[in-house]
Amino acid sequence: MKVTIDNITLEVEQGTTIMQAARQIGPEIAPPAMCYYEPLKASGGKCRGCLVKVTAGSEKDPRPMPKLVPACLTQVQDGMIVENTINEEVLETRRGIVEFLLLNHPLDCPVCDQAGECHLQDFSFEHGVSNTRTAEERNTFEPTDLGPNIQLHMNRCILCYRCVYTADQITDGRVHGVMNRGDHAEISTYIGKAIDNDFSGNIIDVCPVGALTDKTYRFKSRVWFSKPVEAHCDCEKCSGQVTLWYKGDEVIRVTGRKNQWGEVKEFICNTCRFDRKKTAEWTIDGPTQISRHSVISANKYGANLIQPTFPISQAARDYKLINDDRDRSFLTDQIKLEAKK
Amino acid sequence: MKILTEHIDVPGIETIDVFCKHGGYQAVEKAIKKMTPDEVTEEVKKSGLRGRGGAGFPVGMKWSFLAKPEGIPRYLVCNADESEPGTFKDHYLMWKSPHTLIEGMIVSSFALGANTSYIYVRGELMYVIHILEKAIQEAYDKGYLGKNILGSGYDLDLYVQPGGGAYICGEETALLESLEGKRGNPRIKPPFPAVKGVWQCPTVVNNVESIAATSWIINHGGDAYAAIGVGRSTGTKLISASGHIRKSGVYEIPLGITVEDFIYSDEWCGGIRDGHKLKAVVAGGSSVPILSAEMILNTADGEKRLMTYESLSDGGFATGTMLGSGGFIVMDETTCIVHNTLTFARFYHHESCGQCSPCREGTGWMDKVIYRIEHGKGRKEDIDLLVDVAKKIEGNTICPLGDAAAWPVAAAIRHFRDEFEWHIEHPELAIQPGAVYMRPGASWAQ
Repeated sequence: MKVTIDNITLEVEQGTTIMQAARQIGPEIAPPAMCYYEPLKASGGKCRGCLVKVTAGSEKDPRPMPKLVPACLTQVQDGMIVENTINEEVLETRRGIVEFLLLNHPLDCPVCDQAGECHLQDFSFEHGVSNTRTAEERNTFEPTDLGPNIQLHMNRCILCYRCVYTADQITDGRVHGVMNRGDHAEISTYIGKAIDNDFSGNIIDVCPVGALTDKTYRFKSRVWFSKPVEAHCDCEKCSGQVTLWYKGDEVIRVTGRKNQWGEVKEFICNTCRFDRKKTAEWTIDGPTQISRHSVISANKYGANLIQPTFPISQAARDYKLINDDRDRSFLTDQIKLEAKK
Repeated sequence: MKILTEHIDVPGIETIDVFCKHGGYQAVEKAIKKMTPDEVTEEVKKSGLRGRGGAGFPVGMKWSFLAKPEGIPRYLVCNADESEPGTFKDHYLMWKSPHTLIEGMIVSSFALGANTSYIYVRGELMYVIHILEKAIQEAYDKGYLGKNILGSGYDLDLYVQPGGGAYICGEETALLESLEGKRGNPRIKPPFPAVKGVWQCPTVVNNVESIAATSWIINHGGDAYAAIGVGRSTGTKLISASGHIRKSGVYEIPLGITVEDFIYSDEWCGGIRDGHKLKAVVAGGSSVPILSAEMILNTADGEKRLMTYESLSDGGFATGTMLGSGGFIVMDETTCIVHNTLTFARFYHHESCGQCSPCREGTGWMDKVIYRIEHGKGRKEDIDLLVDVAKKIEGNTICPLGDAAAWPVAAAIRHFRDEFEWHIEHPELAIQPGAVYMRPGASWAQ
């Protein structure tokens, strides 16, 4: 099945969504995903951040789709032509979505544990505008206690429903959900029940913002001061494949291993996440590969070790798009100027 | 010409005996004994009946889209969750004449091959639910419902389900979620209900009025129904008229009368209340664009505007509106459009389900900005901000509630921008109780 996204044509299998096809091309083309989470069934379609323009529905029926469609849920048809980063309507709508998501977001990044690995930060940095048009007071919520391990900051929540799907699909009983309607909708538990389940900690990993954070890690460090290291252990409950976050010699946090898109590869159990915080309990596999874009990589590794999964010509194109100061020197600028003359 | 409300004032019409005396349940006898389901569908297609819930999608076409896989049950769900501000026609019909709906339900379910059907009634109408349940019991006793209806071998069970009081559950997929006992969040389409509806089975969701009209179509034929009305707007429509008119209430009109006739003739609304002039009309329930007096009476081409789907939407949203669900709200010159828009925006802010971000955040934002303008704290840039927010909500949401929230705000600014500007420029005047800006030279100016 052939699909063209931003003038790049590729062959995909039947049943692939536009998002999956775009991700095969690369991060420069892939639409942002605030609510879609590939390992979770039925996720997506809520944040509307991935809306794209379909200028031709398929080979048979080349009419354009009247509205923008969510890339995470729309399946590719043979001969479909999609415009994402080259369509001004899409980009304008995306700016609007950033504005909507930030409208009631407290913007307390300086004290938020998620800052540095927050998808909303990335999303607004890449697609938003720098000024704000709102003069209204932001909505706030009463704090809810979710138990000893998980901290809920409802003010930061963007209602992506990922934690709800995680509890439905990973744990054996969901006790939290969305209460109320509209902009008063909030994540809460049924009459103040604590979330107590062997795999409940995964809702921290799936949360795109700082709404759900690890209580054992709270205020211990900024993420960019900690060093991520891949490790595994022999766990009877889960795969034991984790990322350890070191500050000095101390493990300050354990999370699941995440892929390029910030999605965990394997869900881990609460024992691994909250209780195994000694190096002796783990077998170290090596340093975690961190994207050069990420602030976490700052001052840690010499070069970007992530290998592109797309053709090398594509990689070359993307390489130019990476606006990295380390790739530019005073000398190269001089050479370019000379060449221009 | 009256179809649904012909016998509505007959005393005791809510009982099955009186209803049958006035020709009730003949359509059931005719359809089940003499016709095949396909013939019934064909007749409805011929009638040109369009969905009366708001979108105006042809009913016969919707029925023919229903997936019919072997061994999987099909369902008919009647959408009686009428919650649109300004619309109260279904309430009136079910309350006065419940058997009209039940008869239509039996005929429609037979056409679709549904053996279980639901009527989803908004929870606030508890007394209507009791009326419907009593009527359904009567129909069971007479053998029009239950096993082996009229000896034909066709079984049908009919249930009434009260809603929980959310406007969003009038959206068909949210209604199905609510019917299943879940939180009433709209589903993401596709798959459409015709393929995967209630309990993941093929389902048709129709408005009360559409279903009720099918029995008349079976009795008199689709062609007779199509003969009423103009062009693609066939048959009659219940209009809930409210506001500053002499006689408010539910009227059954043949589609195709002029708007002027409807407002001013004594047969319908009877004109604007004494000593006042028409200023603006919301023609189809709160979610459709508001139009000023000149625009609602005449189209952009200078022709008289008719009460039809096409004529009301003539000129797109620049100069037109929509027939919608038929909630006809008339306003005279004492109405402040900013205040009216605030009321609508507040409603949609309150009723947004909160699932997708443009609607969740955008409705609240619009509400707060209009509140500021109305209360004398508006900024000059607020009007353009509202237009831009409305534009970014429209079409980008999961369900049509986003559009419904954006349209009234965008239209009020489009046609009454001077009122918003006056509120911002003269806050000290605007916050006076009952203060209304009078447009110089307007037809409603005193």
